[in-house]
Amino acid sequence: MTTEQALYKYCLRLGDNALIQSYRLSEWCSNAPILEEDLALTNFALDMIGRAQLLLTYAAAVEGMGKTDDDLAYRRGERQFMNTLITELPNGDFAYTMTRLFFTSVYEYYYFTELQNSADDTLKAIAAKTLKEVKYHKAHATDWMLRLGGGTEESNKRAQTAINALWIYTGELFETDRTEALLQDMNIAVDMPPVKAKWNTYVQEVLLEAGLSVPAVDYMQTGGRNGVHTENLGHILSEMQYLQRAYPDATW
Amino acid sequence: MVKSAYSKEDILHLLKAIPDPEIPVVNIYEMGMLRDVLVTEDGCEVILTPTYTGCPAMGLIEQDIKMTLNNHHVPNVSVKMVHDPAWTTDWMTDVAKDKLKKYGIAPPLHSSCALDVFGHNIIQCPQCHSGDTVLLSRFGSTACKALYQCNSCREPFEYFKCH
Repeated sequence: MTTEQALYKYCLRLGDNALIQSYRLSEWCSNAPILEEDLALTNFALDMIGRAQLLLTYAAAVEGMGKTDDDLAYRRGERQFMNTLITELPNGDFAYTMTRLFFTSVYEYYYFTELQNSADDTLKAIAAKTLKEVKYHKAHATDWMLRLGGGTEESNKRAQTAINALWIYTGELFETDRTEALLQDMNIAVDMPPVKAKWNTYVQEVLLEAGLSVPAVDYMQTGGRNGVHTENLGHILSEMQYLQRAYPDATW
Repeated sequence: MVKSAYSKEDILHLLKAIPDPEIPVVNIYEMGMLRDVLVTEDGCEVILTPTYTGCPAMGLIEQDIKMTLNNHHVPNVSVKMVHDPAWTTDWMTDVAKDKLKKYGIAPPLHSSCALDVFGHNIIQCPQCHSGDTVLLSRFGSTACKALYQCNSCREPFEYFKCH
């Protein structure tokens, strides 16, 4: 694997995470339980679309085949998407969506804090920008975990059900393979063990305070980062890519 | 090739007439998005820094820049997006903050307040200047704003979040 190939894959993994979670969050538009949350969830979706644009544009530049961010978003098949599985799972109820956002935003907060020190100038700039936005996502999701956990019996039960269901998808967030290893040697990619340690500490502290518990499960689901997805991604892509597939090169 | 008849200052002056599409009371220079203009042998390059990564107004701003300069016969205009350093509300000019306030939007506090993003910062009502205000919604009609209400005059208003 050349450095360019590794960097391309690295950018796709980051970009696809943003793109697919953005898609899921935007499904809440007009469906959230209260207006304020409708605004919040779609604001997060917008931040993630922006991040996906930057990362996919950079991936295309690294690939050097003259593609655009749209080409990568609309013209790759399911097996070529590199997002983690947690981002593609259906929204479930509000507690499920918020728990997922809690897990991913805390992860992104520590991840992009580290990526700000990348030896790659573009990734470094994207990380600094993203971090400003992710701070808001993390603060909002944290408040909701406390509120759901410490709220009613029903809200606590729903949050705990979501945690139990999503937990096996959190391991994939911290996986690394030779793509990351190659880039880490050049100080481009993030060193994962410290991110994982900080994530664990923060998540456990918040859940404890919220009266929620961390499942005692060791098995972790995997595959998305290498293009092996749940059946859900295919459904997302069939809707997201419909227009470009039916009318190639259609523009706004 | 005719050498551009415009200096950097001339071009900046023309670009300062372009309003922010979301908040037309301020222009793109006052918002801190317009970073620089490089005049070359046969045209010019405009350096922009987007506010939020997903800001949907960026495409429109790029079009506005090209149209404005084309209307003044500035040849070969290109717009370059520069993301480093990241845009911050601290780049907004004092004039812009004042205009926002008169427009009914509370201007951003210093970016250091973002350390505690939903903290207990006092946001002054842009109408009656009371500090007795309450946060209604952390997110508003655009990515950059939150919704507040004044407890003194009861007016709801938008706050431009520090970033």
